[in-house]
Amino acid sequence: MKEYIYYPGCSVKTNAKHYEESILPVFKILGMELEELPDWNCCGATASMSVDDEKAAAINGRILSIAEKAGKDIIAPCAACYLSLKKANNFLKGDSKESEKILSKLKELGLEYKGTIKVKHPVEVLVKEIGVDQIKEKVHHELKGLKVASYYGCQVVRPFKEFDDMDYPESMDALLQSLGVETVSFTAKTKCCGGALTANLEELGARLNYVIIKEAQKKGADAIATLCPLCLFNLEITQDKISKIYKEDFKMPILFFSQLMGLAFGFSKEEMGFSRSLIPIKQIWDKIQMGGINV
Amino acid sequence: METQEKVYFEEELNHDFLDTIKELSHCKEIDQCIQCGTCSSSCPDATYMDLTPRKIMALTKGGFEDTVLKSFTPWLCASCYSCQVRCPSKIKITDVMYAIKRVAIEKNVYPTRFPIPVMYKEMHKILTKNGRSSELWLMLNLYLKTLNPFGLIKMAPLGLKLMKTGRMSLKKESIKNKKQLKKLLKAIKEEA
Repeated sequence: MKEYIYYPGCSVKTNAKHYEESILPVFKILGMELEELPDWNCCGATASMSVDDEKAAAINGRILSIAEKAGKDIIAPCAACYLSLKKANNFLKGDSKESEKILSKLKELGLEYKGTIKVKHPVEVLVKEIGVDQIKEKVHHELKGLKVASYYGCQVVRPFKEFDDMDYPESMDALLQSLGVETVSFTAKTKCCGGALTANLEELGARLNYVIIKEAQKKGADAIATLCPLCLFNLEITQDKISKIYKEDFKMPILFFSQLMGLAFGFSKEEMGFSRSLIPIKQIWDKIQMGGINV
Repeated sequence: METQEKVYFEEELNHDFLDTIKELSHCKEIDQCIQCGTCSSSCPDATYMDLTPRKIMALTKGGFEDTVLKSFTPWLCASCYSCQVRCPSKIKITDVMYAIKRVAIEKNVYPTRFPIPVMYKEMHKILTKNGRSSELWLMLNLYLKTLNPFGLIKMAPLGLKLMKTGRMSLKKESIKNKKQLKKLLKAIKEEA
């Protein structure tokens, strides 16, 4: 099997610790030990692209160069990192005057980049390379009885459309179904959560996230599963405000798809970081136990 | 009847503006815009914008530099790429918005008393200095810069919840080889 190097990004080391806590063990069970990219730096996300795109390309170039030295393609669980790295990678590979300049500066500092690295999202690797059949083999407890809305957000499906449909992707649904989870039909799965705007523009954030959460609720979902740290964060922190504006008590658990994978693989809920949820998640355990499983 | 739009005269326009944005966004197709409005109708934030993405395209084409750079619209672009992947003229609209943001920052004409440009600038500053972003320090700097202590007070309960669940770090995150990063960014800046 192909080897990857793991680029965590800032979020999974702080507000999305439960993403890392679940994704690493899950990959290990599937025979892929993910080694962390040495001395990785931040990708700059939407901030650096808005302020200085040459510097944005340069800092991503540093990451790509370190991966190239290790001789491994990058696996990036954070959707914003995935997009930044892919965007910079395309830019640096396309031989423009600007990219040549950045590459030569990188080289001068011992960070030569020849453009051989691919950037992948874990969902892509799990579905396209490892495959759901192999995932099914590792399932100890089927998570029967749990209904989940899988939410992809924007950055892994647009603009690159690399491994799934840009409006109605289904790879995460397939993953969750292989665990015994029922995924609901969910047209809001690629609607925007507001990204970096949500924490600062409360009303805008509340409206965008309301659309997603209410749609999931109407479809009878017990939880929303996501693959992006910022989506998870926004969907969690806006619920108090949404409850106030729309006069309804919203308590929709927001989980990483990898936490559910880990649970099905036999890890405990503590090991998979479920206690880090800002939303009470007791209802999930009730549902899963209804399916005949004790977790 | 009231007319809302300010009248602009030829001499107030900058006919080089289109070329500047084309170059910076790496998108040559801006003048292929047919004003169909697909961008505005696929934008999740269009209702909050002073000028819809379609208008931004027309104003950019027409050289209305001042109006475009002072607009809130690029700062309300959440970078979801819905418009970009749907544009029938293949205009990289999200990238155009990024280019407008960068020019507005460079010329110091972005909307003041609005948190988004300040947040991006502060985040870029922190992550280029330390090599990594630190949310707590970003928030503190942001509220300090926008002189908004209420924002900080409002955020406090969330901060506590994050602390309780182990999801907020108090330390300034940093890479080991800050020297290399500093040299790299300095070299990029010098050449520009």
